[in-house]
Amino acid sequence: MLLIYSNQESWDSLSADQRDGMSRAHASLSAELAESGQLVSAAGLADPITTTTVQVRDGVRTTTDGPFAEAKEHLAGYYLVECDDLDQAIAYAARMPDAEYVAVEVRPVMVDAGLEM
Amino acid sequence: MSGPAEIEHLLRELAPQVLGALVRHYGHFDLCEDAVQEALLAAALQWPEEGVPESARGWLIRVASRRLMDQLRSETARRKREESAANLAGPDELVAAGPDVDKPDESDDTLTLLFLCCHPSLSPASQIALTLRAVGGLTTAQIAHAFLVPEATMAQRISRAKRSIKNAGSSFEMPPEEERDERLGAVLHVLYLIFNEGYTASSGAELQRAELTTEAIRLVRAVQRLLPDDGEVAGLLALMLLTDARRAARTGADGSLVPLADQDRSLWNTEAIVEGEAMVTDALSRTRLGPYQIQAAIAAIHATAAKAEDTDWPQIVVLYRVLERVSDNPMVRLNQAVAVAMASGPKEGLTLLESLESDGRVSAHHRLNAVRAHLLEMAGDTEAAKADYLLAARRTTSTPEQRYLQERASRL
Repeated sequence: MLLIYSNQESWDSLSADQRDGMSRAHASLSAELAESGQLVSAAGLADPITTTTVQVRDGVRTTTDGPFAEAKEHLAGYYLVECDDLDQAIAYAARMPDAEYVAVEVRPVMVDAGLEM
Repeated sequence: MSGPAEIEHLLRELAPQVLGALVRHYGHFDLCEDAVQEALLAAALQWPEEGVPESARGWLIRVASRRLMDQLRSETARRKREESAANLAGPDELVAAGPDVDKPDESDDTLTLLFLCCHPSLSPASQIALTLRAVGGLTTAQIAHAFLVPEATMAQRISRAKRSIKNAGSSFEMPPEEERDERLGAVLHVLYLIFNEGYTASSGAELQRAELTTEAIRLVRAVQRLLPDDGEVAGLLALMLLTDARRAARTGADGSLVPLADQDRSLWNTEAIVEGEAMVTDALSRTRLGPYQIQAAIAAIHATAAKAEDTDWPQIVVLYRVLERVSDNPMVRLNQAVAVAMASGPKEGLTLLESLESDGRVSAHHRLNAVRAHLLEMAGDTEAAKADYLLAARRTTSTPEQRYLQERASRL
């Protein structure tokens, strides 16, 4: 899973051209990953102000507006990609245009299978 | 009359032969593959109703050739190709040649097809997908299901693989002698990966994964029939049989992992063990030694011990030493450390592990922590063992393994 982190400041500082360039880079990377059959899914997430955080405590549900973690950085989008190994995943993360301005995290997905150890 | 299960079995047997015959005559691997899939589908629908035709193989070749011709005709841009294909051989000519003419090539076709699907220009994931579809006769949906990816993703992977083969100039012939060993190595590796995908103990997706082990065993059996004198083919088949023999004992009723030492050995498949052991013993005595044979020999020692305590660990240590010499893989040393600890005590096993701590390939791998935790527990160092179990649990990406490791830690 490639997780794209962003913050409002760095997004605001981008010119219209830079934003266009990012969209184009994402579109071509998605197309390439889809073509190779490695792309499982990808999406950009709506602005963090649209977040609702849900918590249940002692059976009582509370909802609050805004993200769980109080940080400048927020999850802006993700790619779920089938990779041969970590190096390949890192190479794709490095090709995300966001890596130039903010950061992309690479994290494996848990699976339902295991060795008998 | 044949039931749907027998028909499916028959179709799986015939699929690579039909595809092989078509590709040999017409070229166009990608188009032939689509045409054969359509013919298989037609057979799966018609045969249960109308009965299996006398020459099932000829029927499939005829239908697939017709579909191929339709495809070639329907695209005007491909007219030139149609002409050249029609000049090569018409569908009737192909079938009229009769089973006798085609027969000597049947087995070769299957093997050539397997070599083609494991083409070095493809990634392992694509080699697996294409092998399962073209040689195994599985549908795209079945393959996608088994690999837990959306069908569209798998369809793209397969069509991409077909295009790569086309671009690589896919001549349908056996690779030259000097290349053959290397290509056979790739074929065996792909079959090994297919097996592992199905074997890796699974809670949620048990059924479709078992289908993959069955398919891998069926395919490697087919290769073994074609190359009975190759020791590594026999070794791989023996390894699969001996490993798969433990399937029923490997997971508990709740889907949890059962370690080898705690497995109920009465659940092991004796028939598979007898066959696998005989096969590896025979291969070791008359063919060139290789890593699959050695791993099969190790599996045979485990499989033939009546109780876990009866395991011949010193013998396993020797085999791991030999295996380490022929394959540069840190996982071998990791397993060797366990065997050494069982044969001569945890201290010696732990010493062997030290050499792996600076090996970037495994230094951050959860298996290193898990093995060390196990040996530390054997040595009575509870605190250190607990820390390693918990670190291993955090590092694994397998849910059942995580549950198992956390449970080991909490027992200490």
